[in-house]
Amino acid sequence: MEEQVINSVINEEEEYIINMGPQHPSTHGVLRLVVSLKGETVKNVEPHIGYIHRGIEKMCESITYQQIIHLTDRMDYLSAHINNEAVCLAVEKALEIEIPDRIKVIRTIMAELTRIQSHQLFWGTWGMDLGGLTCFFYGFRDREMILDIFEETCGSRMIVSYNCPGGLMYDIHPNFQKRVKDFIKYFRKTLPEYDQLLTGNVIFRERTIGIGRLSLEDAISYGITGPSGRASGFSCDIRKHEPYSAYDRVKFTEVLYSDGDTYHRYLARMQEMRESMDIIEQLIDNIPEGPYAVKMKPVIKLPEGEYYQKVETARGELGVYIVSDGNKNPYRVKFRSPNFVNLSVLNHIARDFKIADLVAIGGSLDLVIPDIDR
Amino acid sequence: MNKAELTEYIKALDKESDAREGRQYVEVTVLPARLHELAGKIRENEELNFDFLVCITGMDYGQELGVVYHLRSTKHGHELVVKSRTADRQDPHLDSVTDIWKTADFLEREVYDLLGIKFTNHPDLRRLFLDKSWGFPLRKDYVDDINIVTK
Repeated sequence: MEEQVINSVINEEEEYIINMGPQHPSTHGVLRLVVSLKGETVKNVEPHIGYIHRGIEKMCESITYQQIIHLTDRMDYLSAHINNEAVCLAVEKALEIEIPDRIKVIRTIMAELTRIQSHQLFWGTWGMDLGGLTCFFYGFRDREMILDIFEETCGSRMIVSYNCPGGLMYDIHPNFQKRVKDFIKYFRKTLPEYDQLLTGNVIFRERTIGIGRLSLEDAISYGITGPSGRASGFSCDIRKHEPYSAYDRVKFTEVLYSDGDTYHRYLARMQEMRESMDIIEQLIDNIPEGPYAVKMKPVIKLPEGEYYQKVETARGELGVYIVSDGNKNPYRVKFRSPNFVNLSVLNHIARDFKIADLVAIGGSLDLVIPDIDR
Repeated sequence: MNKAELTEYIKALDKESDAREGRQYVEVTVLPARLHELAGKIRENEELNFDFLVCITGMDYGQELGVVYHLRSTKHGHELVVKSRTADRQDPHLDSVTDIWKTADFLEREVYDLLGIKFTNHPDLRRLFLDKSWGFPLRKDYVDDINIVTK
């Protein structure tokens, strides 16, 4: 009797299939992974997406350029500000508008704050996925400070819609500079706590080092950008290679590792938070005087043609490809979203690891589901 | 290579394709039958080395359907746009480039899902976001029954 039970439970030969999601807590959204297992070993991961497909690209074809800004917030809601910036830069480039320095500097500071809060959320939630509940509280405690700064200046916390073609919606709040400086001072002190809590933890290191390795060739072939790509040594930082806004006037290093495993994807994000703080510190005291927006026509019509603008969001390269036929609505808008492309590598790197590692590997890609589905 | 050099180089490499300097990037228009051959050439060529397929955009030009490829070389840093069009709206077919760039797998599925362009030799061409019974919403002649998309 006993023998029979063991045989029926542990049947290593048979491949069986489980559904992870669409409501699995570690996917942070509605992503369904159909996982084929042999014993506990993952043999195939097949993502099923589209649960929150809203057809943003189709909607863009019937609205104006100012309205598109508000839809881009809803793609990668953790990089909302940077998504806005991408569309604004594309429109400004098409119209050949010169943007005053003040706007460029404020945009850069806001983008870097966005990057820090996104990585804080990654650190908190991923730490929680791997069993460290404290990370969640630490990450969200510090992230709250940035959201408060956003709320004061932009009027909302996550879906900021602070950029508009030609500049910014409003000028910065008088408290902005002081609060940002206070935050940097505070976060320089608390960031080492993050390392103490997670980076040096033996259990965490055992679960991440050498897991889900992605080679440089595969990173390029799969088009993995952002910290996930740079952990494999793929130099793909748009801020360095094709500087936009005020990135050409600040000094920072592109974080590159060569191992490409789960642990180094994590380290890349930790290091990027430090780089982002450096960038903010160089700019925060030197915000030039001037207008916060250029006067634009109420109806924006782009000249006929094609425009491609790329920016570096917290997760990789966001490309905005606008095809205009000269009307007030675009003919076609395509968003090259970093998460959609990064998801495609999951099957490749998770294969032949254990099912428990799939949570660590999936989390280390830092996927945001609304950006995948659009 | 700058834009002018790149245009000349591609013209010399592939005489039948039409390379010209666009406003932002060098643009190459190629017939669907020769798309896969050109893609392989520009990927393998040492001087060009377009190893990073940034994105694939499906387009509806009215009479024709088309696909736009944005390519970049991680080694040399130059960028290229490749375009291909097919006039067959009922049963459009293009060659898949999945064997050249692995990222094309998902990107081509997305184009198939939203525009109905079929990619020959794609390993797993299924709908991605939408149900099988759905039409192809990014086509300009798509009629939305419940009028979500109205001007």
